[in-house]
Amino acid sequence: MSTTTTSDSRSREKAPAGERVADWADGRLGIYSLAKANMRKIFPDHWSFMLGEICLYSFLIIILTGVYLTLFFHPSMNEIEYHGSYVPLQGQLMSEAFASTLDISFDVRGGLLIRQIHHWAAIVFLAGMFVHMMRVFFTGAFRKPREVNWLFGFLLFVLGMFTGFTGYSLPDDLLSGTGVRFTQGAILSMPIVGTYISMFLFGGEFPGGDFVARFYSIHILLLPGIMLGLVVAHLILVFYHKHTQFAGPGRTNKNVVGMPLLPVYMAKAGGFFFLVFGFIAMMAAVATINPIWVLGPYRPDQVSTGAQPDWYMGFAEGLIRAMPGWEINFWGHTLVLGVLIPLVLFGVFLAVIALYPFIESWVTGDKREHHILDRPRNAPTRTAFGVAWITGYVIMLIGGGNDIVATHFHLSINSVTWFVRIGFFAGPVIAFIVTKRICLGLQRRDKDKVLHGRESGIIKRLPHGEFVEVHEPLSQEALHTLTAHEQYQPAEIGPAVDENGVERKVKGPQKLRAKLSNAYYGEDSQIPKPTAEEYKEITSGHGHH
Amino acid sequence: MSSQENPDENLPAARATDGHAHGDVGVPDEKHPFADPGLPPHQHRIQDIDERAAKRSERTVALLFTVSMLATIGFIASFVTIPADRIVYIFPLGHISGLNFALGMTLGLALFCIGAGAVHWARTLMSDEEIADERHAIEAPPEVKAKVMADFKQGAKESALGRRKLLRNTMFGALTLFPLSGIVLLRDLGPLPEDKLRHTLWSKGKLLVNMNTDEPLRPSDVTVGSLTFAKPEGLEEHDHDFQTEIAKAALMIVRLQPENIKDKRELEWSHDGIVAYSKICTHVGCPISLYEQQTHHVLCPCHQSTFDLSDGARVIFGPAGHPLPQLRIGVNDEGYLEALGDFDEPVGPAFWERG
Repeated sequence: MSTTTTSDSRSREKAPAGERVADWADGRLGIYSLAKANMRKIFPDHWSFMLGEICLYSFLIIILTGVYLTLFFHPSMNEIEYHGSYVPLQGQLMSEAFASTLDISFDVRGGLLIRQIHHWAAIVFLAGMFVHMMRVFFTGAFRKPREVNWLFGFLLFVLGMFTGFTGYSLPDDLLSGTGVRFTQGAILSMPIVGTYISMFLFGGEFPGGDFVARFYSIHILLLPGIMLGLVVAHLILVFYHKHTQFAGPGRTNKNVVGMPLLPVYMAKAGGFFFLVFGFIAMMAAVATINPIWVLGPYRPDQVSTGAQPDWYMGFAEGLIRAMPGWEINFWGHTLVLGVLIPLVLFGVFLAVIALYPFIESWVTGDKREHHILDRPRNAPTRTAFGVAWITGYVIMLIGGGNDIVATHFHLSINSVTWFVRIGFFAGPVIAFIVTKRICLGLQRRDKDKVLHGRESGIIKRLPHGEFVEVHEPLSQEALHTLTAHEQYQPAEIGPAVDENGVERKVKGPQKLRAKLSNAYYGEDSQIPKPTAEEYKEITSGHGHH
Repeated sequence: MSSQENPDENLPAARATDGHAHGDVGVPDEKHPFADPGLPPHQHRIQDIDERAAKRSERTVALLFTVSMLATIGFIASFVTIPADRIVYIFPLGHISGLNFALGMTLGLALFCIGAGAVHWARTLMSDEEIADERHAIEAPPEVKAKVMADFKQGAKESALGRRKLLRNTMFGALTLFPLSGIVLLRDLGPLPEDKLRHTLWSKGKLLVNMNTDEPLRPSDVTVGSLTFAKPEGLEEHDHDFQTEIAKAALMIVRLQPENIKDKRELEWSHDGIVAYSKICTHVGCPISLYEQQTHHVLCPCHQSTFDLSDGARVIFGPAGHPLPQLRIGVNDEGYLEALGDFDEPVGPAFWERG
């Protein structure tokens, strides 16, 4: 008994302080079991995997700087006369929200820097999420088992948009107030409930005296609270599913090849946080964003030209600008289609990309887990669909800045608007066709490289005078990588009659699925991979040609 | 851990279902020319074999961390020494706040150098040997699933939820109803719409007051080709509800040649060629502020709805759905422009009850 106590106490004395702290924590939190699974967790390396990190880090930067800003910002619409240090606006009537934003910008040392870091980080956050989402989309990383994480990410993107919107509306400046007015006008267009929602949201008629305080609690508490939960869930799932990887030698669907969290990814990812933060801080040092002192306080009867929302709302702005002003009056009511349709399209356009993984998995009927990423060319229909979606998005983004486009390129605003109207329908179709052809072309090239080798650039003169280019056979690694992708066969409905000669009933959805499957994986939608037989025939036959 | 030591890791996933997966074996041969050759052998970096190169990397990382420390000291020094209102000229940025520039650059540098140091450290001095980890199926094995289902059935049975229907139904009822309290509580967020959107401050006899000079307007103040903004008499900027009232009552006034007015009602509601229209766009409520003198078109700068003021403010381009409401005006005994009533239709964006 006594010996065990002494040896116990002796070993405790010997253990270094760090280990003793860890022991203490393990006894209460079980950290050793957690660390066993995660400390040397493997992360594959690819440049595109850092896009999600940019989002995470800019989100953290937004929270850090946002907390600082709340210390000085007054979310109040009480009208006061300004007597701060920004001379041009002295004596002017403005809301306390606007005045306190001026104070942050001119009287609090470093306040302007933190404000600009906050705003730039928000722009980077949304842009990062958009690009990250595209990475996940085009490489098929959304497939089973990651569909739920795709939805979490999508929700973060949408909530990020609205957090951004409620955030830049807080200073109550002329530009953001115009954006709030636009939102109120869009709310009014909703049938039956529009006027009620508007009255309830603004505490009466627009602008009233409430919306800054209400947006404030939405912006700093409600939405970021939900987002923080989603970010944590998103990361837990990334850890749980383990990271995807591109096909390559030694990389299979059943393993994950890369470098361990401790130390390499700890250093790389941790270091990357500082790189992102440092970069955004320097952006805030040299590039002004949202100079509310130039815009002035909000007045519902005043506006400046070239009014633009932040970029991520530009696509909604484009929808509303391009839509013709349809209004239907009937039985004493008005259906404001000119505003309502853009509002609905805004939701539908986003929902399409959110639901895409479920549509694709229904078409393929594939219930297996996928951890190997697709090269975009090897999923031509998906890639074409994604590019078509982006094309629609970008055209609307251009539409959202139609006045800027018109003044910068000396074009008629009317023709720019008409271009956007037509482009919204034609652009995605053209993009779809072109992208699919490019993908198929790239697939052919891959096949060619596998079968005939790579062009070496060496010209050889044959004895009879003919010049030929020497093709070098690919390495085993390259051969494997270029042929590692799977190719689905189009689903078939099956015979029209069953084995007894009785007509089978084929349901509508099944027919649709067969059609879609054919569109995805039919003859025109993929180039068959080179087979071993083809390869043998060519390599054993007439040499490299 | 290289592929040779652990060949199982390099076996591709068994994907027999589609019959198209290549490389069912780890070694390429006649039948499987595209087989997975396994992880390529590790290539040593110069730092792995040359200690002097590793030392150089170490010094680079240390230098970056040192620069970061200096930058933080610079940040504090800038904060203390540079006045908040100092404007400096920095090429090519122009005249900017010196404090903001100094704080941002020092903070940015301090952070960036930490990051650059850490990444350089990871890339040159930490092991870059690739390791393979196994994946495990997310789905639970059948026996786990069976256990969970059995547990659930047991729990459900013990709760008697399925058997005692009354209990179940009343519980669902209670759980469905209680959120209603939360919804009811939201009622006082704002008043009901009623006819609030139909009325503005304008009424018969109210003078048109110039927004800029705060003086009542006479017909002679409104010249051809100018665009004048007006508010109703009695509404002052300091008023508690100024913003909300001006959001509906804002008015724009132009003078046209009476013979140029194409719309009959517009002519009737004008005074000597002077017409008054709501300044609030009927699209989503931006204030209209661009006036083209020659064509008498006004353009909303937000979404480019264009209205023809000589033709009843008809929409001639853009997303607005109906003309701008016109205010009927006249001149009172003292020669000032006055309203002859409120707008006869709601101003601003259309809504369901507008009709």
